[in-house]
Amino acid sequence: MGQTLAEQILSHAAGRAVYANDLVVVQPDVVMSHDSLSPSIIKVMKSELGCERVKDPNQLVIVLDHVSPASTVGTANQQNEVRKFAQEQGIRLFDVGRGICHQVLVEERIAAPGKIVLGSDSHSTSYGAVGAFGSGMGSTDVALVWATGRTWLRVPETIRVAVNGRFPVGVEAKDLALKICQVLTIAGGNYAAVEYHGLDWLSLPERQTIASMAVEVGAKVGIFPPFGEAMADRPAPDWLFVDPQANYVRTIQIDLGSLQPQVALPHAVDNVVDLDKIAGKPVSVVFLGTCTNGRYEDMRLAADILRGKHISPNLRLLVTPASNRELARASADDTLIILLEAGATLISPGCGPCMGRHNGTLGDEDVCLSTANRNFKGRMGAPTSQIYLASPAVAAATALTGCITDPRSL
Amino acid sequence: MARIWKFGSDVDTDQMVPGRFAPYMRPDADVGTAAFIEARPDFNQNARPGDLIVAEYNFGCGSSREYAVEALKRRQVGAIFAYSFARIFFRNALNLGIPLLVAPEVVANMQEGDEVTLDLPNQQLIRGAQRFALPEFPEFARLILQEGGIVPYVKKYGRFPGEERA
Ligand code: SF4
Repeated sequence: MGQTLAEQILSHAAGRAVYANDLVVVQPDVVMSHDSLSPSIIKVMKSELGCERVKDPNQLVIVLDHVSPASTVGTANQQNEVRKFAQEQGIRLFDVGRGICHQVLVEERIAAPGKIVLGSDSHSTSYGAVGAFGSGMGSTDVALVWATGRTWLRVPETIRVAVNGRFPVGVEAKDLALKICQVLTIAGGNYAAVEYHGLDWLSLPERQTIASMAVEVGAKVGIFPPFGEAMADRPAPDWLFVDPQANYVRTIQIDLGSLQPQVALPHAVDNVVDLDKIAGKPVSVVFLGTCTNGRYEDMRLAADILRGKHISPNLRLLVTPASNRELARASADDTLIILLEAGATLISPGCGPCMGRHNGTLGDEDVCLSTANRNFKGRMGAPTSQIYLASPAVAAATALTGCITDPRSL
Repeated sequence: MARIWKFGSDVDTDQMVPGRFAPYMRPDADVGTAAFIEARPDFNQNARPGDLIVAEYNFGCGSSREYAVEALKRRQVGAIFAYSFARIFFRNALNLGIPLLVAPEVVANMQEGDEVTLDLPNQQLIRGAQRFALPEFPEFARLILQEGGIVPYVKKYGRFPGEERA
């Protein structure tokens, strides 16, 4: 019987052939947790499980990114507690300023093809960009892996996203990610794996944008076959391949040739329309960043649009690089200086205002055009604020004019 | 008697507890006090222990934040009924021992504010003279709930449900 990528990876880990709906207990290769939840994971492991030492520190990674750097005495104290814990236990820790967990694990090649990479964060589907089985879990599940080295997983059935063609000018990976949300809907991939086909030509950052948003259709993982030029220096294990006999529960076809810039309207990620339906909507904040679109390539796209110009006086442009490496790349050429001269506010690498905690929290009346992955009510601050999701090019065009703008119209 | 709190589809965990109200941001506060604090202030203020949530599709989508489930647990929500649950929420709730039931008949019949009695051992929900049969939990879920959550389960058996004895 043929196997999907998810089935192959879980079979390899379980040491037997498993298929959709089987339950497996596996040792994940990597378990990531971040500052937002590590304090409660420590608590569950120590007070509830009564366990003082993690089973295998080499399996674990901690990234401090969600409030980076600390914004209150409380977050500062908890970060210190996590630093101390990591040091005592011998766990690798990437401190504030290094970047968003999902970016850091890909940069550091901790997430790699064929590996099981679990995280205390729903956007752990991002690791599918490099052909890993990346999935999010809650604190108790993560604490159990810390204590036992193992976890249970149900093998997901797989939805195949078959893509034809190439992006037209002004249309990018984010538009495809949003289109997939519209077609599959917010619950359409619940419990399932999503596999992306026809995209071997896609760059790594583009794959990261799309895989990060797999969870927005409810998916457990969103996996790219780890092949193509972007993966040339990240070789797949020889047992991992696209099996023509694999069984998919559903296939959706998307033709890039006819794809327009997309916008997700408040307050749902699948409330997606072609940009022209909402063009002209005034916004007060543009947010360029997050694990979905905070990389050098995203800042570069924005800089190409903003070069020699200034943002609208009616809004703020917040730029949060996904990592310090991406920031360094943007400052190695003229990307960063163009953004700053255009009036951008630079925030330290990390999650920034994505969760509304700091660095640009939205007020009651704010309307934000964001390159993030979620526009839930109140996600970035006040429950009456509004979030529209779009690509970096749309973000830059919007920053320039003050209202939602098609970059092709400039 | 337990009160029914009705919710629609795609209730995300940001609505249950906004990120700004996470334990990380308010280390000294009881996260139960943040349950639906902005999305459903009436629930936040008036839900009593044992009350039941009845939602439609995809309840608990979005962020993996277990503190959303923790908040409902602190408020002692008796059970949650829906047409379907989002994956991570389902797992978190099971882990913390909150019964989740995919019960279309209950969802279709219950009204906001109904007073009911939940009789889990006999798998029924009672409203006045009416009795609604409740579905059986999948085997692994039943085993975990029986122990009150995954932590007590693993502590008792030293393994995960369905895992071969070493
Ligand atoms: S950038 Fe936003 S979505 Fe990504 S990990 Fe951080 S908080 Fe989550």
